[in-house]
Amino acid sequence: MRRLAFDVLVVGAGPAGLAAAAAAAENGARVGVVDAEPREGGQIWRAQRGRVPARAAELAERARSAGARFLHATSVFDAHDDGSWAALDDAGVLELAAPRCVLAAGAVERFLPFPGWTLPGVCGAGGLQALVKGGLDVAGARVAVAGSGPLLLAVAAFLRAHGAQVTGLFEQAPRARVAGFALSLLGHPRKLAQALELAAALQGIPQHFDAWPLRAEGAHGLERVVLRTRAGELALACDWLACGFGLAPSLELARLAGCAIDGGAVRVDTLQRTSVPGVLCAGEGTGIGGVELALVEGEVAGHVAAGREERARELLGARDRERAFADALERAFALRDELRALPEGSTLVCRCEDVPWSALARRANAREAKLLERCGMGACQGRVCGPALEFLCGWTRDSVRPPLVPVPLRALVEAGAPSHEPTKSPR
Amino acid sequence: MVERVRIEVDGARVEVEAGASVAAALANLGVRALRRSVRGEARGALCGMGVCGECRVTLDGRAHVRACAVACREGLRVETCRA
Repeated sequence: MRRLAFDVLVVGAGPAGLAAAAAAAENGARVGVVDAEPREGGQIWRAQRGRVPARAAELAERARSAGARFLHATSVFDAHDDGSWAALDDAGVLELAAPRCVLAAGAVERFLPFPGWTLPGVCGAGGLQALVKGGLDVAGARVAVAGSGPLLLAVAAFLRAHGAQVTGLFEQAPRARVAGFALSLLGHPRKLAQALELAAALQGIPQHFDAWPLRAEGAHGLERVVLRTRAGELALACDWLACGFGLAPSLELARLAGCAIDGGAVRVDTLQRTSVPGVLCAGEGTGIGGVELALVEGEVAGHVAAGREERARELLGARDRERAFADALERAFALRDELRALPEGSTLVCRCEDVPWSALARRANAREAKLLERCGMGACQGRVCGPALEFLCGWTRDSVRPPLVPVPLRALVEAGAPSHEPTKSPR
Repeated sequence: MVERVRIEVDGARVEVEAGASVAAALANLGVRALRRSVRGEARGALCGMGVCGECRVTLDGRAHVRACAVACREGLRVETCRA
């Protein structure tokens, strides 16, 4: 097994991870950045045709020229008791050791089950965008964009720019709440400019509020979606339904490290330190907040991890302003109660193990649902049904098991037998 | 000019864009159903970022590979649930 040692290990190369890596490296720390994707940028700055967005490239270049080492296409799959991590790349297992570690694992889309949501052609909003960046041709395709949050607007504009016929944008939040939030943009000139640019790009696309998908239909794949709108039910023929209900922090690494979790996010102090000494967290893991908050949290974490708290403290005002903005955004796009009534008894909630909603009705929590119904036991390990059930039932998952991603048995052998109990309580 | 590569999809030889993800290339060929669920339902890509596992296919004989996370290369052999 190869072993690499750093002063600071950053897990995740999205905005938060890149900002942390650049800050730590520029303070003289030996920095390693590990990320599962082949290129830097994370999901929000995902490369298209091999090209990384400029902001990602600039930050990565800053980190690299300050000596940071990037380990791309490398997945962290286990944590060891001594604070080191086991990761897998094409060549095998790596042991990554560092006295300080910044977790910047980002978020996943929150999907909510409704009849027909398992049909091929129904995918995430960010999900469809990622497929297009991966070469999917949507020119001329009819796409409905539904769910909640500002990501829907960005995705609709992106799809349209790639030739898709966006047949409608369906936001579940009430218009008045979103309008109130939009007014608050007046205090953020840069965000206001971005919003106006988006609005121009979306001109002509029918935009609905208080609207959400009721069911998707089709014989072998998606053919149409039926939505609830203020004007009644609307049936829309489409080739793709891009549908996501906001984001949910990816907490697996933090849980594995034993970090305390509060309200669905990693608990951090004012300097981005988790409850575990030496482990920091930045970006969506501490609560969904978007790119700008992730960048400043990452920078704070990078300075702290490199032992330069005084430099981190200069950024706290900016960070707190971004956090306040993120909190307002979360309130504006809060998910409405009616969405809890979307699944029918036969609607599958766990897509890996085909567990229907009716089977979950008789269970009291995520653990029971897993042990007795196999909900969350499959390939995604609850990354899809977990955030859904958190909203539908208020269930939180209380455990995580290594390996975090599927790995060959020989990787487990190479990494050594687990030296710890699979489930840790916060220390 | 986009570089093309030849791959095999369920026994048929086709040309696709080099470097496109397998999931994207298959969808461009009209193939959106990639695997069968444990109860036999057809499934296709959902998250697009290697998390959900709904786009798993068999690549060069290796089962359960996420089609969204692998790029097309010359000679790649893809088997979906149609095979």
